[in-house]
Amino acid sequence: MYLNEWMKNFLFKLVFVVSAFFFLSPDILHAEWGLNMTQGVTPISQDVYNMHMTTLYVVTVIGILVFGVMFWSIFHHRKSKGVKPSKFSHSTSVEVIWTLIPFIIIVSLAIPATKLLARMDDTSESSITVKATGYQWKWKYDYINEDVTIYSNMAEDSVEASQRNSGIDPKATDNYLRNTDTALVLPVGKKIRILTTANDVIHAWWVPDLGWKRDAIPGFINDNWTIINKEGVYRGQCAELCGKGHGYMPIVVKAVPEKEYTAWIEGTKLALKSKNASSDKDFTMDELRAKGEGVYKANCLACHQANGQGIKGVFPAIDGSPLANLKENIPAHIHQVIYGKGVMPAFGEQLSDTDIASVVTFVRNNWGNKTGHIIQPKDVVAARKK
Amino acid sequence: MVSKDIYFIPEPSKWPIVASLALFTTFIGGAMLLNQSSNGKYVLILGAMGIIYMFAGWFSSVISESLSGSYNRQVDVSFRMGMGWFIFSEVMFFAAFFGALFYARVLSVPWLSGEGHGVATHQFLWPAFKAAWPMSVMPNPASFTAYKDTIPATGIPAINTLLLLTSGVTITFAHWALKKVQRNHLCAWLAATVLLGALFVYLQAGEYHHAYSELNLKLSSGIYGSTFFLLTGFHGFHVTMGAVMILAILFRSLKGHFTKNDHFAFEAVAWYWHFVDVVWLGLFIFVYWL
Amino acid sequence: MSSQTIADHDHHDHKPVGIKRWLFSTNHKDIGTMYLVFALIMFFIGGSMAMVIRAELFQPGLQFVDPQFYNSMVTVHALVMIFGAVMPAGVGLANWMIPIMIGAPDMALPRMNNMSFWILPFAFALLLGTLFIDGGGPAGGWTMYPPLVLQTGKAFPYLIFAVHFLGVSSIMGAINIIATVFNMRAPGMTLMRLPLFVWTWVITAFLLIASMPVLAGAVTMLLTDKYFGTSFFNAAGGGDPVLFQHIFWFFGHPEVYILILPAFGIISQIIPTFARKPLFGYASMVYATASIAILSFFVWAHHMFTVGLPITGELFFMYATMLIAVPTGVKVFNWVATMWKGAMTFEAPMLFAIAFVILFTIGGFSGLMLGITPVDFQYHDTYFVVAHFHYVLLTGAVFALMASAYYWLPKWTGYMYDEKLAKIHFWLSAIASNVLFFPQHFLGLAGMPRRIPDYSVQFADFNMISSLGGFAYGISQLLFVYIVIKCVLGGKKATSQVWEGARGLEWTLSSPPPFHSFTKPPKVTKALMDY
Ligand code: HEA
Ligand code: HEA
Ligand code: HEC
Ligand code: CUA
Ligand SMILES: [Cu+2]
Repeated sequence: MYLNEWMKNFLFKLVFVVSAFFFLSPDILHAEWGLNMTQGVTPISQDVYNMHMTTLYVVTVIGILVFGVMFWSIFHHRKSKGVKPSKFSHSTSVEVIWTLIPFIIIVSLAIPATKLLARMDDTSESSITVKATGYQWKWKYDYINEDVTIYSNMAEDSVEASQRNSGIDPKATDNYLRNTDTALVLPVGKKIRILTTANDVIHAWWVPDLGWKRDAIPGFINDNWTIINKEGVYRGQCAELCGKGHGYMPIVVKAVPEKEYTAWIEGTKLALKSKNASSDKDFTMDELRAKGEGVYKANCLACHQANGQGIKGVFPAIDGSPLANLKENIPAHIHQVIYGKGVMPAFGEQLSDTDIASVVTFVRNNWGNKTGHIIQPKDVVAARKK
Repeated sequence: MVSKDIYFIPEPSKWPIVASLALFTTFIGGAMLLNQSSNGKYVLILGAMGIIYMFAGWFSSVISESLSGSYNRQVDVSFRMGMGWFIFSEVMFFAAFFGALFYARVLSVPWLSGEGHGVATHQFLWPAFKAAWPMSVMPNPASFTAYKDTIPATGIPAINTLLLLTSGVTITFAHWALKKVQRNHLCAWLAATVLLGALFVYLQAGEYHHAYSELNLKLSSGIYGSTFFLLTGFHGFHVTMGAVMILAILFRSLKGHFTKNDHFAFEAVAWYWHFVDVVWLGLFIFVYWL
Repeated sequence: MSSQTIADHDHHDHKPVGIKRWLFSTNHKDIGTMYLVFALIMFFIGGSMAMVIRAELFQPGLQFVDPQFYNSMVTVHALVMIFGAVMPAGVGLANWMIPIMIGAPDMALPRMNNMSFWILPFAFALLLGTLFIDGGGPAGGWTMYPPLVLQTGKAFPYLIFAVHFLGVSSIMGAINIIATVFNMRAPGMTLMRLPLFVWTWVITAFLLIASMPVLAGAVTMLLTDKYFGTSFFNAAGGGDPVLFQHIFWFFGHPEVYILILPAFGIISQIIPTFARKPLFGYASMVYATASIAILSFFVWAHHMFTVGLPITGELFFMYATMLIAVPTGVKVFNWVATMWKGAMTFEAPMLFAIAFVILFTIGGFSGLMLGITPVDFQYHDTYFVVAHFHYVLLTGAVFALMASAYYWLPKWTGYMYDEKLAKIHFWLSAIASNVLFFPQHFLGLAGMPRRIPDYSVQFADFNMISSLGGFAYGISQLLFVYIVIKCVLGGKKATSQVWEGARGLEWTLSSPPPFHSFTKPPKVTKALMDY
């Protein structure tokens, strides 16, 4: 249905692209069409943009010259015009010249590039350090020195709309695939050090407006920095193939004034405390299932699928699986969610006892799994103690 | 049948496609085995038999062509180039593993322990890890086999070095004997070379046994064990192949093959043997000694 | 091959017949033909996978395939195109043309030649077969980075062994080409008289022998990491996932020149023919090709700028990468100078060659931009890279292969192809491929990562345009197959010379050439090779 709507714009945009191709003017390129690299919101991103434009201009000019000469000769030196071919076959001076000129051009591009790179490399004197860890498929952020850890999953409406043939219009979804449940909140105007690493496979942390991306490599840490000059919400996503959820690992950075940032840190500390505080309260089946469904969508669905069938040969089905059905397997089931197994990640750190209790209950009482088993937070507490 | 000034173009031959099929079967068997399929070993054996059959058949047709004088000087040069560049490709194969060894020693292990580029890595991920080579304590000791000790260069490896160097000399003596048409000497020196090669493999196998059963040094002993076993393992495999090839040459010599001026197969095997020798020197220096 | 005149030519050949002619072949032309047909089939298989990719990316939202299958389409598409289509097509051309161009009776090692070919179908049976087993095909990208690739299921060992197998084939093919060129030249065919196609292939063969074994080593380490507890690529045991990337790209960058150097050679044959003028700067062409090949071993880490190399490393690889533009520029300028003051005509091979020069250069320009490290931090792993390499691979390597097919088809079959249809094929391909890949530059700059099955809505318009271009390009290739089949079946008879401006030994033989090309070595004189 939105197809039609696009078709209306389509011809116009095609013409636009073609003309942009021929007139490569930076103004057109930079319009809100998303044709060109963003100038971003940091000093570095601005420099990167300038370096990009310089190179683009240089190669465009070279291209116009080379192709110009070529077309000139295509038009004038054609047999149908009755020309006789020349016989010349080399000229040392010309060949030396067109070896030297590109060399000089390259050197003059390499010099500013070297300077820019040196500036990007300098992470000293930063005031805040955040460690970003890539998981299949979410990000974890540790505010070093603040004792704040948050997990950032793709927002639930994007998860739903992105299921195959979900019937939900991506256009009607808020920032489809580029929205998270929790944003990384950072203060503006401060030098922030961002460490990247990963838990399972290689990911890459990328927010275009900051002007760089960096791989997150399991077992190693990469050091980066940024100074965000403008308040706002900046979106990016994982930029290194990390398995089937690679397209579903958005990053949202919220840049706020420093005051707001401090307040947010304090608030988050409190919230985390109450969230992680294990409740000795007992929940009803309906409460657990309702909560569990949300946890499932955010954490399990990517592998085990909405229908609990998994993907044959890669991720096992939990619908009908003995681990999720037999009563004697309840402890093993809880254990596997807390500690992971093989490719399945450990969720013990990122999910609270209540979350784990509810997702296990949900899994055991959904699809064909009709066990009636109820798992309470205290069961999870017991499992963690072992 | 063929005149010497015409470059020998073989008749259509079934061996190339038999070779591809045999390798294909072997690979499937290997893959099945790795995927824990119990029938894998039968397929693997079938493929290996196919490979042996192919080699026997292909080489026997080459040998009979050679004996019947089909190959002129130019064909000989093609064979030489073929063998030379094949050995070069083998050198590059080993280079990948040597590269891994140098990378680990010079870069990744020091980084993990916080040197240079690795400050943050060490600080946040492996605060307890200290670089050392040989590295008996891994960054994450839990998931790898710690070993008691490594194999010192001065023991068996030094003896093995002598053995291989000597075998390089003996095969050269064999070559001289061939050129002087002293067939008895030729066979004797070849036999000596095979024996030295076999002794090398025997001692090496003993070292592996020692490493596994007493030193607890295994493939899974972190990057040290990985590079150690893959480098020496692939080398040992090449020595074995080389020894088999020399054995084949020995049998042909006994049968009276090869003449003073026409013995490409002999030389090819000798080149290969020297290559194996040189790789060992690299191993001895960089794996055992330094 | 049914006409009587040809039968006369073949009178003295004892040509084998039936299926054995192909299975057991020791004839460079037959083996060349098999390579070319195989490459075309693989181009269609790889292309069909590309069509799946483009169909899924036509609109935002997930319509046709699951993400896991999408990833495996991307992975296998690339492996098939590179190892199944472009490389075998290049080797097929080498097989057909090198012996003829240097005045040799055949390739130096004919049986090994046949083995290098017959490995290919089996290797791809291993690889493509995995698409039908539990867990599906490999889905970790053609670059096979660990740890992700170690998560592959049952397909894993098949992937590794297929790569080993392909490596064996390439190495044997390369050895054969080197032995042929250095040992089988006719008297008078000095090195500096070699046609450039032969030169570029020799240099390519060196690249192959030096780089394929390294790839074999890399995937062997993957295998032992997965099944035998080694820790080459695992920090917990002292290894490093990035180590794999170093080894892979030590192979991978020379590999992309393995794909393009023969294309350079083809273009250097075609442009002089249709400009009716000698190639400008023959010697500098040879030296430039050699410099590109040597430099290609010192630039690998430009694929890894974002892994966090020490800055000295990044600078070194940036400078080396940018340097490659110099010898490549020499080649481009020489082609243009060859056209300058020629007397050009524009048959299909020339059209493809001209398009190659322009579009490859555009791809080279984006390559240069990618080589600038601080900016590559933005470009890396986006569609800007996808646009770059399809310009050099599709409108570069594949266009050159199309040009060569039209150029030599009359020689191979003895008939002229349908020039009118070929021109239509050219224009459709040239326009469609630009509609397909030019907008991907914009997508990349605007922030769309590669290897994703679904994207946020701001990327929708250009993806739709790109997909439409893709479908148009794909359908146009059916026309190519039609033209080839039509040409094989008959048509206007081709002369030995075929093209007015053609020079070189291959045009002294009948079209098609006799089964054994030069049983008596021809005498090569300066005049024969020159204008
Ligand atoms: C045929 C294949 C081919 C060729 C020929 C090239 C040619 C070049 N490539 Fe490309 N490249 C690929 C195939 C190829 N590439 C592939 C497949 C990938 C992606 C792999 C993957 O990740 O999956 C890739 C990725 C890739 C990257 C990594 C990008 C990233 O992932 O972030 C880089 C970075 O430096 C790069 C650079 C270059 C350069 C500098 C050249 C140069 O050789 C280009 C030189 C040519 C010119 C510059 C034009 C002509 C010159 C002139 C007219 C002279 C004057 C010009 C100047 C002075 C500017 N390439
Ligand atoms: C020589 C190499 C080569 C060639 C020729 C091509 C050709 C094509 N490629 Fe490919 N491609 C790569 C090498 C190549 N590619 C590599 C190395 C990657 C990176 C993989 C990775 O990330 O790991 C890649 C990745 C890649 C992507 C990125 C996927 C992603 O990152 O998510 C895309 C997306 O558009 C794409 C598209 C295409 C298209 C449309 C063609 C077309 O040109 C294909 C045209 C051919 C045909 C279509 C076949 C012929 C016609 C028919 C079969 C008739 C039927 C037609 C219809 C039904 C319309 N390729
Ligand atoms: C990254 C992918 C991934 C995610 C996310 C994931 N799992 Fe799993 N899960 C797996 C894999 C792989 C296995 C098989 C583990 C094995 O046996 O080695 C598995 C196994 C299971 C099993 C056992 C099935 C059986 O029959 O063996 C259960 C139950 C399960 N997961 C529940 C969950 C729950 C609940 C969540 C979310 C909180 C979750 N999984 C998230 C990948 C995942
Ligand atoms: Cu994480 Cu891609
Ligand atoms: Cu490269």
